[in-house]
Amino acid sequence: MDTILVILIDGIVYSSWLFIVSAGLTLVYGVMKILNMAHGSLYAIGAYSAASMVGLYFSAGYVPWGSYAVFLGAAVVAGALAGLLIERGVLRLMYGRDEVIMILVTYGVLLILEDVIKLIWGVDAYFAYQPYSLVGRTKLLGITFANYDFLLIAAAVSIGLLLWAGLNRTRQGKLLRSVIHDREISVAMGINVKRTFLVTFIIGSSLGALAGGLTAPALSVVPGIGVEVIILAFAVVVIGGLGSVGGAAVGALMVGICRALAVHTFPQVELFVIYGVMAMVLMVRPEGLFVTTTARRI
Amino acid sequence: MVQDSQPSRCSTFSRMAVFLVLLFTMTFSVGVSGSAHAEDDTFKLGLVTFLSGGAAGPFGVPARNAAELVVEAINKGTLPAPYNSKGVAGQSIEPIVIDEAGGGTKQVGEYRNLIQRKNVDAVIGYISSGDCMAIAPVVEELGTLTIFFDCGTPRIFEENSYKYLFRTGPTSTMDNVAAARYILDINPDLKSVSGINQNYSFGKDSWADFKGSLLALKPGVEIKTEQFPKIYAGQYGAEVSALMLNKAEVIHSSFWGGDMEGLVLQGAARGLFEDYTGIFTCGETGMFRLADQIAEGSIVGARGPFGVYAPKSPLNDWFRENFSARFGTPPTYPAYKMAQALMGLKSAADKAAAAKGGKPAQDDIIAALEGLEFEGPGGTVKMALGNGHQAVQDMYYGQFTNKGGKPGMTNVKRYPADCVNPPDGVTSTEWIKNGLKQTSCK
Repeated sequence: MDTILVILIDGIVYSSWLFIVSAGLTLVYGVMKILNMAHGSLYAIGAYSAASMVGLYFSAGYVPWGSYAVFLGAAVVAGALAGLLIERGVLRLMYGRDEVIMILVTYGVLLILEDVIKLIWGVDAYFAYQPYSLVGRTKLLGITFANYDFLLIAAAVSIGLLLWAGLNRTRQGKLLRSVIHDREISVAMGINVKRTFLVTFIIGSSLGALAGGLTAPALSVVPGIGVEVIILAFAVVVIGGLGSVGGAAVGALMVGICRALAVHTFPQVELFVIYGVMAMVLMVRPEGLFVTTTARRI
Repeated sequence: MVQDSQPSRCSTFSRMAVFLVLLFTMTFSVGVSGSAHAEDDTFKLGLVTFLSGGAAGPFGVPARNAAELVVEAINKGTLPAPYNSKGVAGQSIEPIVIDEAGGGTKQVGEYRNLIQRKNVDAVIGYISSGDCMAIAPVVEELGTLTIFFDCGTPRIFEENSYKYLFRTGPTSTMDNVAAARYILDINPDLKSVSGINQNYSFGKDSWADFKGSLLALKPGVEIKTEQFPKIYAGQYGAEVSALMLNKAEVIHSSFWGGDMEGLVLQGAARGLFEDYTGIFTCGETGMFRLADQIAEGSIVGARGPFGVYAPKSPLNDWFRENFSARFGTPPTYPAYKMAQALMGLKSAADKAAAAKGGKPAQDDIIAALEGLEFEGPGGTVKMALGNGHQAVQDMYYGQFTNKGGKPGMTNVKRYPADCVNPPDGVTSTEWIKNGLKQTSCK
């Protein structure tokens, strides 16, 4: 019984991380119909920014608890700035192109950003581990958990609720949903779709960078971390259905719990299990769990 | 007007022709003398190491830095004895550095470029075992002296024999056989172990070698759980829980670079390695920068007698002092292994030159390097396996301590090379399967 509960806890912690990583990706796709390959680079930018700022903060000898505001703030600001630059500098010149073209464009942005990251931060590892151990540990079910991991769950729930409330309970959210449902009608109704795109991309980029920032304390921040993450994020949003934030949450939960189950019971299949879940879902629902099949407009 | 213009045009053509002939002659003569100069006085050396990607920070860049330092010292003749003569066989090294990132297929292309377009005299390189496996057959095809300095898979010289290929660093078998011997030396009553290794050839081979050696040396040790997360996974929460639930006394890991550091950080936050002893066979690269996160008593390896385990010698003192002064951090094992490869090349080339009484041919250097015994900053290197093409060295393990804020090792034990390497002609797998016998190890 204890093992089952541990699997659930591990699964939920991992799912929380996956959800934070993939929420921005699915939001951008939902509104802009752009499968943003550069999302992983935004994650890396968030991680590097957070790690750099935490390093500076602790070397200056400030109060340790303030480091949380510093690394989260650094990640979000870096993500927002990067998002603004990408949208204004590249994407706005490409709107209206085929989705496949946009994938290639964002792949190009990913390659550029990977080199920019190396130019700014070099290839040495960065660490921001102080905030990870600052909140202590909890003994539960005979083993020890890091309290930071429970904070990650809280962060994922908060982000999910904020996105839900933002989309469903605000005027801006209604405008956004209008763009999601029909871009042309939205334009006809006077909605500034281009501004909506800009705001959405900045929010999506900030979420990607925030995920990197939240993960940085548990990682050695090294070149290439974003490339690894983007594959997992794609698996999650494909399971949930491209563009569905709720779908990303369910996809993350499915992947997280199945992976934890594999690690605890049959570790040899851990590598396969994420893609196994994705393949099974796509066999039953090719559009993903939370997207309804629609007829293509000609 | 036409008549007037004719002499003028003729003289212009003549002058142009003379100028072109002179220019051509000068260029050709400079080119010939230049290339003759290069052939006589310089030794073009391809250096391949990770300059980007996850392996660059912990391995590739320290190795490149070591190459920069040692090549400069070789060219100036400022290395300590026995390397205090200028150049390799009197020739100044002209390094050409290539990034190892991109995988085996890309590296084969880069290797061909080095040999066929840049006309290098030799290549030293390769950290990834996958890259080494891809390059090895091409080395024989192109016929240029090549030295692998770091990659660990023992299969290279166990499955094939080579003329042009050498490896001056020991294999990964040594890391894990020595780890098994060490843990039984400090805990003879060991009852259980678990493992967490990356899900690719290095991780799988390392765990198989460790497990096989441990069971050969002490049958009946229980294997509690064997975790194989994806390379570069980064998140090990579930694996840490599984290791904690299984309560093995010892946890073996061949994680390297960022993965090793991530596991240390996540394990530290949950007290994993405080409750269970961790063996990090590649842990030395992180022991200074993560000194306050590595648990006291953790067993840390350096993949040979390198870094903190390097025995004191004038060569080691020179290397540590100069590397630390120039790069602001002590050299870790990839730096040692690169320095060792360069010294092996110089040793063989100088020996061949002395025997021949002049500039040696490639075959002379190869003959000198086969079975050579030379000194590196990590001590004596014997090219004892693979018909004299594969190095063996003594191996060390110790337990990490950070008492007083000074990271270091305690309880250090040395394992002679023949106790942690198979005899020549026997594969590592067979040797471990047969109970680590057939060697002169006592």
